Amino acid sequence: MSEEAALQSSAAAPDGEARDRSPLLDVRDLMVHFPIQRTTFVGGRRETVHAVDGISLAIDRGETLGLVGESGCGKSTTGRTVVGLYRPTAGQVLFDGRDIAALPPEELRLLRRRFQIVFQDPFSSLNPRMTVGALIGEAFVIHKIGTPAERPALVAELMKLVGLRPDQVSRYPHEFSGGQRQRIAIARALATNPELVVLDEPVSAVDVSVQSQILHLLADLQQRLGLTYLLIAHDLAVVGTICRRIAVMYLGKIVEVGTRDQVYQSTLHPYTRALFSAVPVPDPAVERARRRIILSGEVPSPINPPPGCRFHTRCPIAAERCRVEEPALREPAAGHRVACHRAEEAATTPLQLAADRPGT
Amino acid sequence: MAVAPTPAPQPWTAGAPSALDVRDLSAAFFTRRGVVRAVDEVSFSLQTGETLGIVGESGSGKSATAMAILRDLPFPGRVTGGEVYFQGESLFARPEAAMRRIRGRQIAMVPQDSTASLNPLMTVGEHLDEVLQVHLGLDGQAARQRSVELLSVVGLPEPERRLRAYPHQLSGGMRQRVMIAMAISCRPALLIADEPTTALDATVQAQILELIRSLSQELRTATILITHNLGIVAGLCDRVAVMYAGRVIEVATRDELFANPRHPYTVSLLRCVPRLDRVGVAQLQSIPGQPPDLIRVPPGCAFAPRCPLASGRCTREVPAVTAQGEGHLAACWNAAETGGMSR
Repeated sequence: MSEEAALQSSAAAPDGEARDRSPLLDVRDLMVHFPIQRTTFVGGRRETVHAVDGISLAIDRGETLGLVGESGCGKSTTGRTVVGLYRPTAGQVLFDGRDIAALPPEELRLLRRRFQIVFQDPFSSLNPRMTVGALIGEAFVIHKIGTPAERPALVAELMKLVGLRPDQVSRYPHEFSGGQRQRIAIARALATNPELVVLDEPVSAVDVSVQSQILHLLADLQQRLGLTYLLIAHDLAVVGTICRRIAVMYLGKIVEVGTRDQVYQSTLHPYTRALFSAVPVPDPAVERARRRIILSGEVPSPINPPPGCRFHTRCPIAAERCRVEEPALREPAAGHRVACHRAEEAATTPLQLAADRPGT
Repeated sequence: MAVAPTPAPQPWTAGAPSALDVRDLSAAFFTRRGVVRAVDEVSFSLQTGETLGIVGESGSGKSATAMAILRDLPFPGRVTGGEVYFQGESLFARPEAAMRRIRGRQIAMVPQDSTASLNPLMTVGEHLDEVLQVHLGLDGQAARQRSVELLSVVGLPEPERRLRAYPHQLSGGMRQRVMIAMAISCRPALLIADEPTTALDATVQAQILELIRSLSQELRTATILITHNLGIVAGLCDRVAVMYAGRVIEVATRDELFANPRHPYTVSLLRCVPRLDRVGVAQLQSIPGQPPDLIRVPPGCAFAPRCPLASGRCTREVPAVTAQGEGHLAACWNAAETGGMSR
């Protein structure tokens, strides 16, 4: 592939050591807390937002892990910490075996070429005063890739790779539609020839007809460039399209993780079940047949997360034990883990997502 | 749709007397860049107690249609043609003072963004009091009592306490419940919900949709639900109108639309929505290209440049509205061939 070859020649070769079977990304007991100062009339109070509160996940090379959850569950904080934008409060983020928080700045800068992030909103993540060429080429300048003379050709290659016309290189972001802007953001992320790309809600700001274009592009790029993805999304249906493994977060914790089929078809956690049942399916027959689980209340504040299981305040099957004892992540089936005392009880009733579901 | 050689004189609006009858409604925004034809000869009708879904992508004219019905388009927008009959009477013939008594009282709106729609300096109670006083003349104790009732109807916990809360002290879901309480406070005959759950999380969205469903059933309100989410339509609406580039391109009952879509855009749209009950990227089809710029809408059918069935006629003549079955209308020259589009 010419695109890949062009990029390969300029980007840093990955370490030289053989790509082994260890996960490319290994997150261990990660905690990210944000101190906040609350001011009142009589003074201030120091409090802590427990955005991510002890999660572990691993992603193998070439794999896509979907991280789903509602707003405030810590999924974006996780994604940003993984690429070094936040420092972990505790725990480790191991990229290719190296703890990115413990690296000296210069080594981290070099390692950064190998992991990149695409943000949700291509309207605010692209500088409106920079042309597409400058936006994409910026990565080459920062990471000292290629010579100034070589860079325009590299930019053109990248634009072609993501489905943009290279003759539009001098245009500004406002001249593009939302979908095209997201393509620009993807091109920017790919400029350093990364191995891991964190996709933070990459399609939630674009329309459905464009959304499927972007999902196809991401799947295609993964195959062509051998990328590893961490896909962060709130939309379970979107996650199901390109992820082989899925982790569900609730209030700073992972509540369930497994293969797509395990999480979709043998759902264990009551929260995952409620989340599934809340997503409308564009098929009146399915909608009529479904029994919707409507949760009461809303996600509690991550400043004072509830004791015991964090979901117990909204859980339809919460028992006394759930209020006092925090459930550990256990593994009832190989590769399928859940943090719930009563998962077996929860999993007895079928969800009825469809009468017949083609298994993939 | 004036040129359409259609069997009935008012094909979109045939049937029993309607709560709302929109006929050939057009509206445009007169911007410095040019005239944005946001709503282009839109026609539909709505019965009492019925829920009509208006679906389309951003810029298809869904919200502009709602604002045009209420004669409430922001500057530089203006209604440029057509008629709107509300309970048999023309809304456009009424003076502005009369419209003010209709808006919020007989036709109420639930907007998408509750944060922008609530005054940050007013408490929940003050918001409700204002509506109740202006439209129903209630004040003091009577208004207070009614407000508490309304907040419990919409499922806000601790209604007495919430009356004293400011918008920023409530979550997004709670604010949307307050918006719905305000909208139903005068028992409107028509409720227009414009993307009421787009800003909310999935589990909260399910709560709010359930609330809208039960309220519209209980109050027998005619409801227009504007959304880009075909899943919401499948669960909640009796009939569906699909919009593209300012036009209604297909109208049918919910089951008919999903089982037997006749417009190529509807067919394509249904196939590019990721579905929970299907996995893998292969199930997802894409529509090539993007919706047209509404300042320069191509001649003929606006979908023609992206349409797999487009023929020469499609790029020259705006498609006639034709009946595709009972209560099923589509504006496509090749509607008969849509069934052949691969599924």
